[in-house]
Amino acid sequence: MLPPNHALSGALLQKGIDRRRFLKFCSLMTATLALPPRYVAQVAAALGKARKPVLVWLQFQDCAGNSEAILRSSHPSVLEVVLDLLSWEYHEIVMAGAGHQAEAALERVVKEEKGKYLAVVEGAIPLADDGVYCTVAGKTALDIARRVCSNAAATIAAGACAWDGGLVAAHPNPTGAVGISEAVPEATVINLGGCPQNPANTAAVLVHYLTFGQLPAVDQYNRPLFAYGRIIHDQCERRAHYDAGRYVQEWGDEGHRRGYCLYKMGCKGPQATFNCPSVRYNDGTSWPVKSGHGCIACASHRFWDTRSPFYDRLPSVPGFGADVTAGQIGMGVTAAVAGATLVHGIASAVRDRMRTAPGAPTPPATRGPVEKN
Amino acid sequence: MARIVVDPVTRIEGHLRIEAEVNGGMVSDAWSSGTMFRGIELILRGRDPREAWIWTQRICGVCTTVHALTSVRAVEDALGVEVPENANLIRNIIASSQYVQDHVIHFYHLHALDWVDVTLALKADPAKTSQLAESISPWPKSSRTYFKAIQDRVKVLVESKQLSLFSSGYWGHPAYHLPPEANLLAVAHYIEALEFQRDYIRIHAVLGGKNPHLQTYLVGGMAASMDPNEPGATINDERITFLTELASKAQAFVDQVYVPDVLAVASFYRDWFGRGEGLGNFLSYGDYPQGGIKDPARFYLQRGAIFNHDLSKVHPVDPANVTEYVTHSWYQYDGGDQNGKHPYEGETSPKYTGPKPPFEHLEVEQKYSWLKAPRYQDHAMEVGPLSRMLVAYASGHPEVKAAVDGVLAKLNAPATALFSTLGRIAARAIEAHVMAGQVSKWVAELGDKLGHGDLRIHNGDKWDPDSWPKEAQGFGFHEAPRGALGHWVHIENKKIKNYQCVVPTTWNAGPRDAKGQRGAYEASLLKTPIADPERPVEILRTVHSFDPCLACAVHVVDARGRRFEVKAS
Repeated sequence: MLPPNHALSGALLQKGIDRRRFLKFCSLMTATLALPPRYVAQVAAALGKARKPVLVWLQFQDCAGNSEAILRSSHPSVLEVVLDLLSWEYHEIVMAGAGHQAEAALERVVKEEKGKYLAVVEGAIPLADDGVYCTVAGKTALDIARRVCSNAAATIAAGACAWDGGLVAAHPNPTGAVGISEAVPEATVINLGGCPQNPANTAAVLVHYLTFGQLPAVDQYNRPLFAYGRIIHDQCERRAHYDAGRYVQEWGDEGHRRGYCLYKMGCKGPQATFNCPSVRYNDGTSWPVKSGHGCIACASHRFWDTRSPFYDRLPSVPGFGADVTAGQIGMGVTAAVAGATLVHGIASAVRDRMRTAPGAPTPPATRGPVEKN
Repeated sequence: MARIVVDPVTRIEGHLRIEAEVNGGMVSDAWSSGTMFRGIELILRGRDPREAWIWTQRICGVCTTVHALTSVRAVEDALGVEVPENANLIRNIIASSQYVQDHVIHFYHLHALDWVDVTLALKADPAKTSQLAESISPWPKSSRTYFKAIQDRVKVLVESKQLSLFSSGYWGHPAYHLPPEANLLAVAHYIEALEFQRDYIRIHAVLGGKNPHLQTYLVGGMAASMDPNEPGATINDERITFLTELASKAQAFVDQVYVPDVLAVASFYRDWFGRGEGLGNFLSYGDYPQGGIKDPARFYLQRGAIFNHDLSKVHPVDPANVTEYVTHSWYQYDGGDQNGKHPYEGETSPKYTGPKPPFEHLEVEQKYSWLKAPRYQDHAMEVGPLSRMLVAYASGHPEVKAAVDGVLAKLNAPATALFSTLGRIAARAIEAHVMAGQVSKWVAELGDKLGHGDLRIHNGDKWDPDSWPKEAQGFGFHEAPRGALGHWVHIENKKIKNYQCVVPTTWNAGPRDAKGQRGAYEASLLKTPIADPERPVEILRTVHSFDPCLACAVHVVDARGRRFEVKAS
């Protein structure tokens, strides 16, 4: 921990941040990043810099759900994120300026902070029909994304739509929507899947970047391993019921009231990786499975097409034998995440091809296990 | 004459563009354009209707849950499913708490900066802000030292020259009239409201796992299991206590912070009671069933329509009278674009004919928006909190009438003052007050049900798709925070054949129709004074008073089209 006379204290005072609150926050961030406690000082030193890094948040074919999620951020609070940690200079849903003044704010960042600022993208980018399906200030989403993201130090794709097109790109993808990596291949992108992303993870990525000057370690989809490296089924508080064969059979039955496993109600937890069972949502209050509904694997690649129908039991998912248990599927996914990406790719390819309707976009796994667009 | 363009309109949900003509310092004409399109209804075709709510909920993450609720109601209507009373109560709690959440965020984080100059807070005397705060409310955070600390935080921010979200505001604009002390008070409450919304919405996390995008609806009920004694149940005695506490804190915040702040701000901007009047026609579908979705007469908020500002008569609402025009929208109709079509005719195909981006101006004489123009009996209508409160007030709703009369008395204003920019803001605060109280009542009722051993949350009679008829159709209505919302679903062979949404912001932000009648935004902007065309804060004031939500507003329906009957709900 920091000695009381650490040079940081002055910087904190200057920024009007209470020291105890700040160190508590740094400890939390260190833990979220799964770093040993000795890194707290390094995190704190990096966050205490007098000049704050600049961030811009772009919204395209979105629902603003990821913006709303950031508003609910509790550690750090949204105010700490936008005022203390960073200078948050463009974000249409909350910024003071509008119209020309908003455009000018974005342009100023791209010019004056070139190569230094962070960009967050929320929503998909439509490529069909010359991009007419999303314009801001008369410019297409693609034009804006190219200009802003290719000049950014790094771009965070917040939520499913910015990652892989999400719901907007679900079959039949009427507007030719894609994620930011596909729209702007030259950008340095980290993908935070989820519908919406969990603000705790977004904050952790920001803190990691501010502390170490680089993005955290990622998986084959450029998602941070600390958040997407573990299977939900393996972290689930209902797991003991699954192991003991205790299932919810009907909504509202005795098993449902007792918190039994939701696998028979269509839960996709065995086929999903994410840290929501441990991080949870809304200040750690709950997460979907805790509240009684199955997981829809919202942090999985192209989940709208590959994990629906959401109420079908996993064994009936085409691509797997009807007698395969959720445990076996879970083991398969575990192995894949552990490094056997080729196996995962093949399994996903088979499953995805059989799952998606004719004419659906090419399943991602067939493009190879490592997707670095 | 000058053409003003505001794009992006910020502090809203979604992508809105306003073009306005200014003559002699006043808006002489205005055009409202939605500039984003996704086509979610097309994406829904062929999928399981039981999960349509999961998809449609993603139409909007700000008014999250509203499309989920409307969707399950539509499918339940189609399949003839009645939900248990507990499920209805849980839905009412989620929806009413969404009003409170949305309205607080709207006032402080989306709208306040049109009225509050953050930089002027530096000139305030914290002692005088403390006196002001104590004169309008018993809210305990009102000491001089508290406001001094807030002021110091603003000072640090301004001196850092990194103003973050506040860097591009219209600070120093002559239209800002609040004294420095009131600005400081508002900045303090901007920050408190950020904390409030984060804490309060844990109601949704308890009942639905997370917010935004709750995950708890079911066709036939809710997935929030109930058992007083089971720690594994979603709703047990401990959770009811927690919900009760959150609901009660919200009542205190709304009554002691939000409502007094609205009254205080309004008292400095009384001229805005005479601006932003708009159409004078108001529509509410009514909501909050208290005895079944088929019995709108017993809804907590009434259904009805008001025409030409006439509060003496509330007209019944028949969904068959809704039509949509595409005369000025980027779609085409088979039979020509001059005729309105009933939503059930469901014929829409997107066809962009606007200028090629990048562009400076839209071709406003032609087509200029991704929004259609909905009409009721061929009238353009305003929807939202003002419409709901006017319909309830004119229908003699006891709580609403008391709250409206109380606010009008404090502002020394007649009921006709509500037809205005400030009227919309006041109506939203009044509704938050009324509905924050209802959240507490419905949580208590749910607790009673739990105590009496009524644990039913789901009607599984029609859960199995094999129990469905070959073909079914139905619709669901909801009064979302921003107004009248409807979903229509057509099911065939257990799959969605067609799905359509007619959404609040489409009513308000839509373009002109075949007769050239303006939409609600367009009409309300007429005669707005503009002090500085380079910084049109006055346009933002009126547009923001509607609380725009553009992601909701743009939709597409079945391109091939098929008429189907709608069951009365």
